[in-house]
Amino acid sequence: MELLEVRNLKTYFKTQKGMVKAVDDVSCSLSYGKVLGLVGESGCGKTTTALSIANLLPPEGRIVGGEVLLEGEDLMGLSAGKLRKKRWKEVSIVFQGAMNALNPVMKVGLQIAEVLMLHDKLTYEQAMIRTKELFKLVEIDEERVNQYPHEFSGGMKQRAMIAMALACNPKIIIGDEPTTALDVMVQAQILNLLEKLKNEINMGLILITHDLSVLGEICDDVAVMYAGKIVEKGKVEDIFENHQHPYTYKLMNAFPNIYGERKLSDSIPGNPPNLLEPPSGCRFHPRCEFADERCKTKEPMLAEVGHRHFAACHYGGVFK
Amino acid sequence: MSQVMEVKDLKVYFDIKRGFIDDMLSKEKLQVKAVDGIDLTIGKGEIFSLVGESGSGKTTIGKTILDLIPATQGDIVFLGDSLKHKSKAEKKKFRQKAQMIFQDPYQSLNPKDIILDIVAEPLQVNGLIKNEKEKMQKVVNALEMAGLTPAEDFLYRYPHELSGGQRQRVAIAGAIVLDPEFIVADEPVSMLDVSIRIGILNLMMALRDRKGISYLFITHDLSLAWVISDRIAILYLGKIMEMGRADTIIHECLHPYSQSLISVMPVPAVNKEKERIILHGETPDPIHLPEGCRFHPRCPKVFEKCCREEPELTEVAPGHFAACHRIGERGRSLDEQERYKDNK
Amino acid sequence: MSDIRSEIRNRKLVQFLKSLKSSKMGMIGAVILVFFLLLAVFGPIIYPYDPQVFGSGGEVMNPPSSEHPLGTDDMGRDVLGSLISGARVSLLIGVLATLISMVVGTVLGILAGYYDNKLGALIMRFTDFFLVIPWLPLMLVLAAILGTSVWNIILVIGLTGWAGTTRVVRAQTLSIKERPFIERAVAIGSDGKHIMVKHILPNVFPLVFANTILVSAVAILSETTLSFLGMGDPTRPSWGMMLHYAFESGAASIGAYWFFIPPGLAVVLVVLSFTFLGYAFDEILNPKLKGR
Repeated sequence: MELLEVRNLKTYFKTQKGMVKAVDDVSCSLSYGKVLGLVGESGCGKTTTALSIANLLPPEGRIVGGEVLLEGEDLMGLSAGKLRKKRWKEVSIVFQGAMNALNPVMKVGLQIAEVLMLHDKLTYEQAMIRTKELFKLVEIDEERVNQYPHEFSGGMKQRAMIAMALACNPKIIIGDEPTTALDVMVQAQILNLLEKLKNEINMGLILITHDLSVLGEICDDVAVMYAGKIVEKGKVEDIFENHQHPYTYKLMNAFPNIYGERKLSDSIPGNPPNLLEPPSGCRFHPRCEFADERCKTKEPMLAEVGHRHFAACHYGGVFK
Repeated sequence: MSQVMEVKDLKVYFDIKRGFIDDMLSKEKLQVKAVDGIDLTIGKGEIFSLVGESGSGKTTIGKTILDLIPATQGDIVFLGDSLKHKSKAEKKKFRQKAQMIFQDPYQSLNPKDIILDIVAEPLQVNGLIKNEKEKMQKVVNALEMAGLTPAEDFLYRYPHELSGGQRQRVAIAGAIVLDPEFIVADEPVSMLDVSIRIGILNLMMALRDRKGISYLFITHDLSLAWVISDRIAILYLGKIMEMGRADTIIHECLHPYSQSLISVMPVPAVNKEKERIILHGETPDPIHLPEGCRFHPRCPKVFEKCCREEPELTEVAPGHFAACHRIGERGRSLDEQERYKDNK
Repeated sequence: MSDIRSEIRNRKLVQFLKSLKSSKMGMIGAVILVFFLLLAVFGPIIYPYDPQVFGSGGEVMNPPSSEHPLGTDDMGRDVLGSLISGARVSLLIGVLATLISMVVGTVLGILAGYYDNKLGALIMRFTDFFLVIPWLPLMLVLAAILGTSVWNIILVIGLTGWAGTTRVVRAQTLSIKERPFIERAVAIGSDGKHIMVKHILPNVFPLVFANTILVSAVAILSETTLSFLGMGDPTRPSWGMMLHYAFESGAASIGAYWFFIPPGLAVVLVVLSFTFLGYAFDEILNPKLKGR
């Protein structure tokens, strides 16, 4: 049984201008002790996917179809109250810039202990002991439980947020751009930490990022999203070394590789599409140099192009 | 290659404002040494990158060079002419020739102005246009050069009606409309989507090729610096740790800090086995700088001398500079090495 | 070319009016205000009347009748006529005094915010001085020294009401000054004057505008207060003057409600309409406030 299975998830946002199909028919899965990377540009639906899984959608967003199965149990079928409990206990999320989510006038340790007291019904003493354990786990000096957020550096705050996410022993941690605002060195530290935790606790990790190059360091599987859809997914090796979708290829080239050729690739023309009126046919066709009539009219389905490797392109691998 | 910009021993210190009582109680004046002795030169048509983590002083250097922040010490020489003791009018002339592109295209354009006014503003401020027709022509030219075609579609729109990439192009049009010799680009693509970034960088390179503009490119992203620049300087806490040609820095760097930075740099490839030199802790605050080499508390190759003496930036190979005692030994005079042994 | 510019301006205006229309409070305020403005402008043409002409003995303190729809006052003057001609005076004083306040307040506020040094500090101390001294005695003293004419009253109210605006505008200027587009303006070689006029002013303008509406309400109240205390211009009676006469003649105690209720109600309605409009503008200009 998979730890998490998302099947045909559709999440729409109601706006003044109409319905935005932020996530449109997305399927993916995650096993114990594995890392799934969701990558794409802003507005591609990667964060909405995560929020849908964690049941944290804002009021104007609604899941209109699909299933989210956590250890075989459909989260959609649960009552609101039960879901809220599950959310913290089993799926927790670390946001981008989460370090600013700490209350500045409350000791960091207490903020974490509060979560434990609320959800696990621990006493204050028990919660503080557990908090110190968590601090150790995320490699912060235990002594710092009594410090305030302003005494923490950016990296340490992000570690504290990870500790908070770990507080209730979740089965899945979702990192939504957890390292984006941090310096490279701190980013490396945090990624290292996440990898270590994943191995020690045997939990699943979903890493959401716009930075494809981060994925190669810790992911097992990668799904590339564009305009609310997954355009390609597969093992990380397949995505990096044998990609079949032109968007993956273009995205990959947008990141210079210091072990490769020193040149700037061509840019992807145009801008990411407006999801109020997504392009007809293949959503990438207006920006794809290989597109033809068929791409404009017929939407390509995700098709298996290799073992556990899927791509949604009429002409898989045409750019090679 | 003739020099466009020369920075000599630049220091920028900021006083820390504290509470009245704290000020009364301690005599010591607290200062942030944001930039602490920088020398660099940028040649005509060269792209020079300053790379560093937050707090390294890279943005402060860029702004000080353009006289947006006063320098505490040091000299800035532009086209062979020192900026020290210049009159207001002369500084205004300098500003026409040296422009800046800012990091955040959502913030660096006045939300109440239309694109036409934003791009024409530098011309108007400097009294460079005689009539509406000339103004229009120059603005359209600049917009088209910045890749916003047809320019007529953009003239009468507000910044919030454009995408991030388009706004950054407007900002670039506003900089090149003055025909500058030198542009400081402060993280010009870090707020943009990946697919848009390359376009902006290509535009900057094209302008260099067509108009011979020199750039000081400020970034935290070593791989971007490597792709677009001729030379790179790696900063740490307001000082240059290593400086040299882009390829040299990436592939043959000598300073332990650069080595570590490069080892943790993510690359778009599967590389789980890659050996990473992860430094512990974070950059210390620039108020209480460590004694000796400012990198020594985090340096994996630290030895006793590093705690006492600050290494100088020395030329270790032609055009390749590094500030580290470990490397310095090779390049130094015998006399100095003798003394070093004696000390031991 | 300039056609396109005016078109943009019109588009913005239409958009603004549209959002004003969607605000109930704003619409109520606008309707009341427009009514009184029309009354002030066209009233004297439709209902010609000279407040300096006193009525005969039999016409003193008459209750409303067909001849005098709102009755007569203690001098036998028609109350409706006084109300209409008073609207002109009250609104004129309110609007012009506000204008003076806003111009002085905005200019000093921007200067104090932009020159965040000795000059700024000096302006702010001066402003604080005006903020803390009790404005009513100051106005009384000023009005007494300058004499009681409409223009002096405008000047007095205008010169005592700017300090609040200065504080608000300065705070906003300080925050705008830190935004990168100001830095860009410096980098292209702009001087202080250019930055203040071209960059800071347009960006504080919405705030100034919303503030203007609220200051107008205060200005009209100030005028009423001054006139009520007898500092008004007797040759051009405002609503405050009418209340003053009503009070002096003891209209309230003899039950001559038609004498004091119309001017009192007019003042309340106009002040209320300004306040409503102010709230509505605040909501339009700061969309984040919506629904709170």
